[in-house]
Amino acid sequence: MLDILVSGLLLSGTYALVAMGLNLQYGVARIMNLANGEVLVLGALAAFWLYTTAQISPILTVILVIPVAFIGNWLIYRFLLTPLVRRSKSQGALEVDSILATFGMSFIFIGIMVSIEGGFFFYKYLSEPISILGSTTSLNRLVAFLLAVLIAAALYIWLHYSRPGVAVRAVSVSTEASGLVGINVPRVSALTFALGGTITAVGGALISTFITLDASIGVVFTLKALIIVIMGGVGEIRGAIVAAIILGLVETGVATLVDPGLTLAAAYFIFVIILLFRPQGLFGRRAV
Amino acid sequence: MNPATVQELIWAGVLVALAAFWPMMSNGYWLGIGVDVMMYTALATSWMLFSGPTHYISLASAAFFGVGGFVVGSGMSDYDASFWSMLALSAVIGGVLAALIGLATLRLSGVYFVIFTLGLAEMIRNLVSWVQNNFLGSRGLYVLTEFTDAHLYWMLLVTAGCVYLLGWIISRSRLGFALRIIGGDETVARHVGINTAMAKVILFTTTGVFGAIVGAIIAPRWSYIEPNQVFSPQLSFFVVIMALLGGSGRLWGPVVGVIPFLLIWNWVDSNFPNQSILVLGVAFLVIVYFLPHGFVGRIEQLRARARGR
Repeated sequence: MLDILVSGLLLSGTYALVAMGLNLQYGVARIMNLANGEVLVLGALAAFWLYTTAQISPILTVILVIPVAFIGNWLIYRFLLTPLVRRSKSQGALEVDSILATFGMSFIFIGIMVSIEGGFFFYKYLSEPISILGSTTSLNRLVAFLLAVLIAAALYIWLHYSRPGVAVRAVSVSTEASGLVGINVPRVSALTFALGGTITAVGGALISTFITLDASIGVVFTLKALIIVIMGGVGEIRGAIVAAIILGLVETGVATLVDPGLTLAAAYFIFVIILLFRPQGLFGRRAV
Repeated sequence: MNPATVQELIWAGVLVALAAFWPMMSNGYWLGIGVDVMMYTALATSWMLFSGPTHYISLASAAFFGVGGFVVGSGMSDYDASFWSMLALSAVIGGVLAALIGLATLRLSGVYFVIFTLGLAEMIRNLVSWVQNNFLGSRGLYVLTEFTDAHLYWMLLVTAGCVYLLGWIISRSRLGFALRIIGGDETVARHVGINTAMAKVILFTTTGVFGAIVGAIIAPRWSYIEPNQVFSPQLSFFVVIMALLGGSGRLWGPVVGVIPFLLIWNWVDSNFPNQSILVLGVAFLVIVYFLPHGFVGRIEQLRARARGR
């Protein structure tokens, strides 16, 4: 029981981080990014590849990933998604377009990753066992959790106590109104999209230290991140954290008590309950 | 999307009659392609029944298809049931499954629906594997029938024809009119008194029924059924690409998209198997950036321009 609690909590740290990335992209830039999981796997691939070919520590990779992912995601938003934002007449039309476009991107990412590494991204880093509260786990899980918490806390502080952070939150409330008060909405959206993608890629690099991924696993992470975002409420950072903890605990519980093959089914179960009883999310406000 | 015309129905009838001769003119490889074309035509047209007017992107095709294949496999292998009774059963299960999914997700905005269907095939596959491993014993499922590829082709042709006919009837009915209003503006639809959720659920249920039927018909082709194979998530994306490539405005759009995409896919897959996934990606981007209304939209645009001259 304690084992489930500890490893579930440790897992939820990285989940929360990845969900925050998606939350920024959907909540602020209004792009339903279904290539999110593939960006995560790209981050994981970078960590795996640099570690196995050049013995670069995944923690250093996290720092290397930041500028690359930021520029890459900014370019994607600027050149591929901006035309869609411009031509869409309504939020619904933009959603359909962005869903299809990001599907396209996700398959292209998978194709590229398969040509780099077709097998599993398997490597060992900090896998010594450690003991927390009497429950045995591995050091890499703890390190990934602590880094995820650190990054998430920095993001939270930035969003709440800095000027650009306020601008980002304003855009998430209303694009029209924030345009009227002098916020450069396209610029903030592009930067937020890039930031969200960066956080996702960093999360991927962290996850790869303790879960073995492969090129085509991205969609599972996209789903989990989406379920967390919906459960927490779109645009709600606190909600995403609580939701990530719930998902991490339920998944770990199902994996240990029932069958590891049923974690996705467990996530779906939570999803259905949320959809049926609280579609606006645990912390979300009811849409008017 | 305008109501389909009688003229269109006659053309469709002629096309179906001509298509029925394909197995007599071809065999082996080209007959196999024909079966694929029919399978995807039926799936893409039934996808279009729901997603065309509502603009809700469904990725559940693989789930229904898999349910159909698995029900036939399990029924014939474990319970010695006949193929036809299992075909009927799979249609019922597919419909019930779709109705349940529809009731849970279609009351909300389209995004929730897309997300839900995205992982659905994978989730059902996990559940089925788990049930099979823990309760049924992990045996393979065999589907042994007398059917040849030509028989499967004709069955799929009939199914595709039925889907088209149903779509034609719906598009001229009150339900079709309601769906067009929903697709135009859902808020307006609600305000003029349309039960939007119910209309969507009914349509989605037909998609589920036909998806399962197609999966059931294809099952004898594999003879050995395994969850990993029948619940391939790629199938859902194929269906979406083919339907949108053809054009989402017309009921006959999918036919135009299925054939070129399948030919390109088969060519790339046999020559560059590692790069085939890139084709899916490029296809999505082409649809979004260059063919937002599909081939059909492009043709109609050109025709309108020619007429204007």
